[in-house]
Amino acid sequence: MTEPVIHNPVGAAQAARLPEKARSQWRDVWDQFRTHKGALTGLGFFVFILLAVIVGPLLWDIDPKYIDIRARNSGPSLAHPFGTDQLGRDTLARMIAGGRTSVSVGLMAMALSLVLGTFIGVLAGYFRRLDGLFMRFTDLFLALPLLPLLLVIILLFRDALRSAFGPEAGIFILIVGVIGITSWMQTARIVRGDVLALKEREFVLAARSIGTPSRRMITRHILPNVMSPIMVSATLGIANAIITESALSFLGLGFPSDFPTWGRLLFDSTDYLQQYPERVMWPGLAISLTVLSVNYIGDGLRDALDPRIRGR
Amino acid sequence: MRLKTALWGAAAAVAMTPVMAYADAHEGERGRDGEVRVIYWQAVSIMNPFLSGGTKDIEGASLVLEPLGRYDQDGNLVPYLATEIPTVANGGVSEDLTTITWKIKPGIKWSDGSDFTSADVVFTAEYCMDPEGGCAQLAKFEGVKSVEALDDLTVKVTFKEPKPNPYLPFMGGQSPILQAAQFADCKGARAPECTEENFNPIGTGPFVVTDFRPNDVITMEANPNYREAGKPAFSRLVLKGGGDAAAAGRAVLETGEYDYAWNLQLAPDVIEAMAAAGKGKPVSAFGTLVERLEMNLTDPSPDLPEGERSTLKHPHPILSDGRVRKALSIAIDRDLLVEVGYGQAGRATCNLVPAPENYASDNTECMPQDIERAKALLEEAGWTDTNGDGVRDKDGKKLSLLYQTSVNAVRQDFQALIKQWWQEIGVETELRAIDASVYFGGDPGSPDTFQRFYADVEMYANNFDGTDPEAYLAAYTCDKVPSPETQWQGENINRFCDPAYEELLAELGRTGDLDERGRIAKQLNDMVTKDSDVIVGLVDRGRVSAHSNTLGGVILNTWDSELWNAADWYRIKE
Repeated sequence: MTEPVIHNPVGAAQAARLPEKARSQWRDVWDQFRTHKGALTGLGFFVFILLAVIVGPLLWDIDPKYIDIRARNSGPSLAHPFGTDQLGRDTLARMIAGGRTSVSVGLMAMALSLVLGTFIGVLAGYFRRLDGLFMRFTDLFLALPLLPLLLVIILLFRDALRSAFGPEAGIFILIVGVIGITSWMQTARIVRGDVLALKEREFVLAARSIGTPSRRMITRHILPNVMSPIMVSATLGIANAIITESALSFLGLGFPSDFPTWGRLLFDSTDYLQQYPERVMWPGLAISLTVLSVNYIGDGLRDALDPRIRGR
Repeated sequence: MRLKTALWGAAAAVAMTPVMAYADAHEGERGRDGEVRVIYWQAVSIMNPFLSGGTKDIEGASLVLEPLGRYDQDGNLVPYLATEIPTVANGGVSEDLTTITWKIKPGIKWSDGSDFTSADVVFTAEYCMDPEGGCAQLAKFEGVKSVEALDDLTVKVTFKEPKPNPYLPFMGGQSPILQAAQFADCKGARAPECTEENFNPIGTGPFVVTDFRPNDVITMEANPNYREAGKPAFSRLVLKGGGDAAAAGRAVLETGEYDYAWNLQLAPDVIEAMAAAGKGKPVSAFGTLVERLEMNLTDPSPDLPEGERSTLKHPHPILSDGRVRKALSIAIDRDLLVEVGYGQAGRATCNLVPAPENYASDNTECMPQDIERAKALLEEAGWTDTNGDGVRDKDGKKLSLLYQTSVNAVRQDFQALIKQWWQEIGVETELRAIDASVYFGGDPGSPDTFQRFYADVEMYANNFDGTDPEAYLAAYTCDKVPSPETQWQGENINRFCDPAYEELLAELGRTGDLDERGRIAKQLNDMVTKDSDVIVGLVDRGRVSAHSNTLGGVILNTWDSELWNAADWYRIKE
């Protein structure tokens, strides 16, 4: 018996009609995300930074606060690959320790402001009755002078948190909280705007016509569609949080002065810009590359999450 | 390191110039050395020091206007237009300390050729004390009842009450003598309107203004009627203003365009790098500014109700013990702090009053660093590390301190270093840096001011005006403790209360003899530093200026104008 010959000149180019596996939505998103080179590189770098700050201290076990005054102002060497600062503290160890704080402050504050901003934005956009109230509330926060507000918050709660959680954890909670609750307003406004537009779209009308309750409407139809602006403001939020934290340290309101963060390392080394430019470069590079990588991830995610772009 | 040694050598050589200056006889006719160029990075805007509080204006004017007496580089009093410094011993100051009588050197002429008399001195007092005029140096005339001319060359100043330190009016660059004839129509409210007079005052000093451009360049010529023959050595002086400290330093040290640069407030390694060019040398001199640690003798714990924190109601649980304070003090390596933070502009000290010589105690008790002795002192005080975590404890309480200061790169370095040394002796330290405008702002509502002192240890620098430390030492009395009742104002930051101290202070207020005053002041200084370690001196901060290698005779002076001896400057010939 010979096998029946199938005359199909383009067979090789056609997808074999195999029974398709059920593809989850997240797999589609990942496939689309993979095609964005920048996003992939960004993700790679971000994972690298995360690993460096989480696993780094185990591999590089010099105490970032230890002062070896004889080794001060030394350039890169085997003992100190990034050199040492003006007091002889190891810069690599300080970069790792600083990254730990900066990245966690960035992520936590971003998450907090995102949750707050999205919550207020969606509610204000979706429920007409809440709109006026919530948006005036947002305006109120926008109009508050940030710095005096921060001063007051820190003055009021610093001692209480310090005695409850210890100086470093207490300040961490305070800073994350302070940055979170003072940077959600832009997200809220953008989200509200998008929600207002989405609400009038046909698929929302259709969903409503079959009696979808508001709760499901928001989680199922609205939120996935406002994901892209949320993602963009999230990436900006991380950058903003890292920078605000360093500004606070600059005013003496942040972490104790010997507690390294990227912002503080940058600030401390500006005095030595002429003599030891590399000291500014390390934290500067770390901050900008992290922010850039997060921005790219956000960009890729936005494309991947948008069903209209996906597959093109 | 070698560069540093060389710099110190240079500084030492400069410090010795006065002796040599007289020895190698830089004499000759007036104006033989041509032009000297001086740069002040803060430009001089007026030549009348009574109308400006600015240091730069006072110093610019000191080239032209002179007082009866000046302070020298050690803070000693030197007669200028007077024959001698009046004291109780020579009868110039009355026994009851209420009058001082100055004798003027005979034969002194103003630069316009007229005679200098006691009438000019009396006029100057009237000019500044005029109730309608806003005299910037009124503090110098505080408590003055009258100034009268006894004859052409004698002036008597009478005070309202006994003044143990009567050397205020007509003493130092801040209160020179104006010519009565020139300023006769410029008294009171009219003072600022006399532009011509204020820009071109007639003086007795070594130079005369020929061209005055406010906030820019002042050109001067040698005073033809200067009282000392053969001085000044320069026929012209150009006083250039403007720019910043770095530019001024470069102009003298790197390019050699100028001969003298004033007050280089720059990081030590920046000055070192400039000096390496070899055109000039930095010189430093020390005043009374001391960077110190202040120990809180009261409990700043946040658990106490508001209004009781850091008040005399609760003594400090750790720092009330003198042995702990001593241990904290001797664990510090002050020489290293100087090297890291100030270089040539600092020197290690244990004192509250580091200068002038007459008042500076020889206390070096806190040096050198002695970690072992510090540990022994803590053991003796009952602080032991019972749980092996590296931090000492006693009765379940950890030896943990909150150490605050203002935001400043050098201070943060000091904090980190001191924290490490304290860690070595088993003391845990939490650091806090507060924005300087808040920290020194004195707002009674803010918990972060240095007066409020809601911390265990704090660090800052302070100094006193002039050469007499009485008012400065008077800060450490019980009634000057900041508290809620005084709106947290007061100078006794440590909350130091000692009746013996107050008694000695009262004695200082009754003593007129300078040597005796020196002895008491030293004893008071020792009571708060060496004996109790309530104030822990760290670094005596000085001032750095620079002059070119070819300018001789410069003696940096922090007690008077930096240009106080410009008449003695000369050009070093190669």
